[in-house]
Amino acid sequence: MPTAVLDGFLEATVRSATPLAFAALGELVAERSGVMNIGLEGAIAAGALAAFLGAQIAGPEIGFVAGGVAGALVAAVFAFFVLALRSQQIIVGAAVSMLGIGLSASIHRAMVSAGASTAQVQTLASLPVPGLSTLPVVGDALFAQPISTYLLYFLFPLTGWVLYHTVFGVALRATGERPLAVVAAGHSAAKIQLAALIFGGVLAGLGGATLVVAQTGTFSDGMSAGRGFIAIAIVALGRWTPRGVVVGVLVFGAVSALQFLAQAMAWNVPYTLVLASPYVLTLAAMAIFRGSRTAPAALGQPLDGGL
Amino acid sequence: MSLLRRLSAGVAPALVVLAAIAVVALVMMVTGFDPVAAARAAVRGAVGSEFALFSATLKRTTPLLMLGLAVAVAFRAGVLNIGADGQFLAGAAAACAFGLAVGDAVGRSVLLGALAVGILAGALWAGVAAWLKRRFNVMEVVSTLLLNFVALNLVGFLVRGPLQEPTGAYPASATLLSAARLPLLLDGQRLHVGFVFSVGLAIAAWWFFRSTAAGFQIRVTGASRTVAASAGRLDVDGVQMWSLVASGAIAGLAGACEVTGVTYALYEGLSPGYGYTAIATALLGGLNPLGIIMSAALFGALGAGADAMQRDAGVPAEFATVVTALVVLGVLAVPGVMKNWARITGRGEQ
Repeated sequence: MPTAVLDGFLEATVRSATPLAFAALGELVAERSGVMNIGLEGAIAAGALAAFLGAQIAGPEIGFVAGGVAGALVAAVFAFFVLALRSQQIIVGAAVSMLGIGLSASIHRAMVSAGASTAQVQTLASLPVPGLSTLPVVGDALFAQPISTYLLYFLFPLTGWVLYHTVFGVALRATGERPLAVVAAGHSAAKIQLAALIFGGVLAGLGGATLVVAQTGTFSDGMSAGRGFIAIAIVALGRWTPRGVVVGVLVFGAVSALQFLAQAMAWNVPYTLVLASPYVLTLAAMAIFRGSRTAPAALGQPLDGGL
Repeated sequence: MSLLRRLSAGVAPALVVLAAIAVVALVMMVTGFDPVAAARAAVRGAVGSEFALFSATLKRTTPLLMLGLAVAVAFRAGVLNIGADGQFLAGAAAACAFGLAVGDAVGRSVLLGALAVGILAGALWAGVAAWLKRRFNVMEVVSTLLLNFVALNLVGFLVRGPLQEPTGAYPASATLLSAARLPLLLDGQRLHVGFVFSVGLAIAAWWFFRSTAAGFQIRVTGASRTVAASAGRLDVDGVQMWSLVASGAIAGLAGACEVTGVTYALYEGLSPGYGYTAIATALLGGLNPLGIIMSAALFGALGAGADAMQRDAGVPAEFATVVTALVVLGVLAVPGVMKNWARITGRGEQ
């Protein structure tokens, strides 16, 4: 296999994986606190649009931050219904997905028809890490990236540390298993879930923002393209741990990068079947892994009245 | 139930819909569109002519009604089937494959065969999730969601491989022969017999839930698994599993009707997010089959109106998605709309 093709494949893997990594890490934290947010898709779409608008006004860095803010707002809507009204999580999530997708597409169309939108925005510059970026094979793919990708390299270990080595992290994981015990220990389960949901929203929004300010430089309707749902699959494939999520992100990223590889090598494979494979793999993984390596016990359950 | 209470049961959902439309009208004004022009175009496009009513609104109502019923059957049992889209595609793909393979060798029977195969495929697709739940305790929310993507990619494979149209130029199947097509209901209109099936199915489902033991078992299981298992000695896991399979069968029929009644061919974009609109349809109808007839007609009109709004008034059709989302949130926020399905709204089991 020519080096250029391999480089291209690895680069495409990291490119596909980046937005998924943001969204999946956020969903991981939310699910460990006991809430499944399938409204992530809406947060990604809103994050992408906010990043596009922010980048037009004040440059790609501000656009990136704006994406996170928009994601947090969408997650706040979700949190209000789930935590304040105790509505069913999955149904709220489906509605919030539609809300985020519908609103961002409508607002974008409105701006285009008012002539208030440029087609293309500046993207974040690639910042090669001296030394590391010249490593063979992986150098370019991992260490000649925009700052958003490097942010992930910090966020994953940091999130893992918070989840497993701080009081807050223990309380958060306990909320996902036995919210009553957390309340008995003097914490507020609802506040912990709120924090987890907002964190998840910010990350999903940043994931959407990377699509615009780190990759395409433009916004298009439906550009979230199911990534919010894929993030849920990744968390399940990763057995609800940060390390597992890294693996899951790379699996899904690599499979969508295979498209590049198949074209470059002129392989005649039924590509759509390859695309379906990580979902089948995830279903198989959910069936095979049992016992301690399954979902948080209280995942998807509403909090009781008093919590 | 007194007449007054029956009336008021219809008022709350109607208010939710009106409020959702009002909010979206406000958003339109803020974003620089004319909501009056949009509304005029939408009403004209949804009910303004015979063509609008039969070939746009009611044609769209058909899959929404069936999928709304499918979602409701599962929700009533306390099973969150969010994979109606995948089951719809499985039904459509199987019906289309069958119709193309048999051609007109057996006359009109091919149509019945195609519908039956579609029902079976939808049931099997949901059956995978039901089996994974029963055998391995895999959450149906995740499995049905994942199976949507598997179905979508499988359809992508079929329309680029075994089922691709003979010229090989488009990612779509060949066109079904007339023997495998559902008859049209009215001359010059696109409305097909599937609409009659969908209404008939709703009435049958209403009777099923009201008057049969199995319907009662589903309702009790959905209301409280604990009560159903202890007081009724029900095999609640079994009830939930078969409800999910039945839900998939109905969604499969919807897919089969869409491909034999509307598109006559299979392609990837067959469902423009019907599965999610179906959740809204089921909820707005109060998970009651007769209510779902009304809500499906409403969302059918909304979809038809949105297309006309974009075409004639230049207002993005995506605003309809926002209305749908707000309707669901409104239904969740207003307690009066929900009543007997507390478990699904998260207020039960406490």
